[in-house]
Amino acid sequence: MFETDAPRTDPAPDPDIDTCLAEMHPADMPETDIVEEGGEGDLVVDAVSKRFRTGRTDVHALDNVSLHVRPGEFVCLVGPSGCGKSTLLDIIAGLTRPDQGEVRADELVVAGPHRHRLVMFQEAALFPWLNTLGNVMFGLKLVRGLTRQQRVEIARSHLRLVGLEKFARANLHELSGGMRQRVALARALAPDPRVLLMDEPFSALDAMTREQLYLDLQRIREQRRKTIVLVTHNVREAVCLADRVILMSSPPGRIRDEFTISLPQPRDINTAEVASYASRITTALRNYADSDLAP
Amino acid sequence: MRRFIIATLFFVALLGAWQAMVLSGRWSPVLLPSPAAVGEYLWTALWDGTLIEAIEVTMRRLLVGYAIGIALGLPLGLLSSRFTFFEDTVGVLALGLQTLPSVCWIPLALLWFGQSEGAMLFVVVMGSAWSVAIATDTGARTIPPVFARAARTMGSEGFHQWTRVILPASLPYLISGMKQGWAFAWRSLMAAEIFVTILTGFGLGQLLHYGRELNAMEQVIAIMVVIVAIGLLADKALFAPWERFLHRRWGTGGTAAT
Repeated sequence: MFETDAPRTDPAPDPDIDTCLAEMHPADMPETDIVEEGGEGDLVVDAVSKRFRTGRTDVHALDNVSLHVRPGEFVCLVGPSGCGKSTLLDIIAGLTRPDQGEVRADELVVAGPHRHRLVMFQEAALFPWLNTLGNVMFGLKLVRGLTRQQRVEIARSHLRLVGLEKFARANLHELSGGMRQRVALARALAPDPRVLLMDEPFSALDAMTREQLYLDLQRIREQRRKTIVLVTHNVREAVCLADRVILMSSPPGRIRDEFTISLPQPRDINTAEVASYASRITTALRNYADSDLAP
Repeated sequence: MRRFIIATLFFVALLGAWQAMVLSGRWSPVLLPSPAAVGEYLWTALWDGTLIEAIEVTMRRLLVGYAIGIALGLPLGLLSSRFTFFEDTVGVLALGLQTLPSVCWIPLALLWFGQSEGAMLFVVVMGSAWSVAIATDTGARTIPPVFARAARTMGSEGFHQWTRVILPASLPYLISGMKQGWAFAWRSLMAAEIFVTILTGFGLGQLLHYGRELNAMEQVIAIMVVIVAIGLLADKALFAPWERFLHRRWGTGGTAAT
C-alpha cells in the first residue's frame, strides 16, 4: 500500500561520499561484459530497517532485513504489495536511506545512487524529450573518459542487444510498451553497471509481450553476466527468471523464506516445472499471510 | 494547399463584408474607413518610413522587455517549484501580480521612471515575468518524480539535473508559459505606448494614439492590422518550431502539425 502512498524521496546524498565512491570505482568501460575482478557486483544488505512517517501514518516498511546477493546472481524479491520490496530496492539503489543498517556494494557502504547500480523502473521512466538513442546515451554521457564516438557505439550496440537498432531515431511515443521497456533495459545496461535493479519492469505489459521479454532477458543475461535484483509480485515470473527467490511478507517487511530454483536456464514460463515451483512458493506466501493475520 | 485556399477565402470574405458595410453608407467614413483607405495609409506609411521605424522601436522594446521577463521568471518559477520558502513568498507574489492587468503598473512606472524608456521596459517586464514564472513552476511540478529518480541513479545531480532533466521535462508547460508571457508583454507594451508619450522613439502604440487624436480612423485600423500581423508572425517564427518539436517527441496534437 505504501508503495504508492509513502514518499520515496529522501535528502540528497552527501556529494563528497558519492564522489569518493566514484573515484574508488575507476571507470572500467567499455568492451568487456565479463566480470574481471573478484567480487564485482557483490551486494550485502545488512540489518536494514526503514520507517515512513508522513503526518499521522507511520509505516514500518522494513524490519531488520539482511540479504547477500553473490556476483552474477539473479535474485527475485517476491511478496504482496506493501511488503517493502520496492523500498528495499530503492535502498540498494541508494535512492532511499535506511534508518538502521547498511547496504554494501563490493565492500563499500552505499551512500547514494551510483552508476554501478542502475534501476529499471516499473513505468517507463524514459525521457520523452529524447529519442531512443538519446535515452540510451543519457547515462553514458555521465560516464567519464569516453569519446563521443565510443558513447554512440556503446549505445548502438545495446540497442542491437535488445533488438531495436532500427529504432535509434524513433520517438518514444512511436514505440509499443514492450519496446519502451527494452529501451529502458538498454539504457540501464549501457553504462555497464555491476548490479541491475528492476522494479516490476514487466507488470504493465500484456502477457504475450511479457513472455517474449522473459526470453530476451534470459538471453541478454547469458551474454552480459550482471548481478540482478528484480522485484515482482508475480511468482511465476520470479521462478522463470531467478536463481533464488526471496519471499517477503508484511507489514513490517521481513524476509520470510527463500527458494533456490535449480531448473536449467533459459526457462519457459509455461512449463510444468516452473508451475510446480510457483505453486509451492504461492502456498508458502499464503501461509505467511495467514500466520501474520492470526495473532 | 486546400487549407491555404480556405484560409485565403475566409479573409477575402471578411474584407468583402467590411467593404459592403462601408458601401451601405450607414456609417460615416470618418468612423468606418474603407479597406482601400486603410491600405493606402499602410502603403504611404511603409514608404515614408514611419511604419518601419515604429515597428523597429516597438520590437526593440518588446524583445528586451520579454527577454528580461524570461530571465527573471524562469529561475523564479524553478525556485518556487522546488523550495517551500520560495513557494510561500515569491510564488504567492507571482500568482497575485499575474492577475493584475499590466496597465495598472503605468502610473507607478511614470512616477518612478518618468517619461522614459525605463518606464516602458518596466511595464513590459512586469507584464511578462509573472506568467512565465507561474508556467515554469507548474511545469516543474508536474514532472513525474520517476524522471528525477532515474536521472539520479545514472549520476545526474544538481545543475546537470536542472538543465538536462527538469527543464526539458517541463518543456510543454514552458512553451505555453512563454507564449502567454509573449502575449502579456505585447499587451503591456501597447498599453504603455498609448499612455506614455516619450520622445525617444515612436512605437506602434504611439502611432495608434496619434491616429485617435487626429481622428484618422484609417491610421488606427491600419496599425491594429499591423499589430495583429506581427503577433501572428512572431507566433510562427518564435514558437511554432518548438511546438513542432514537442508534438514530434511527445506525440501530442496530431492534427495541428505539418
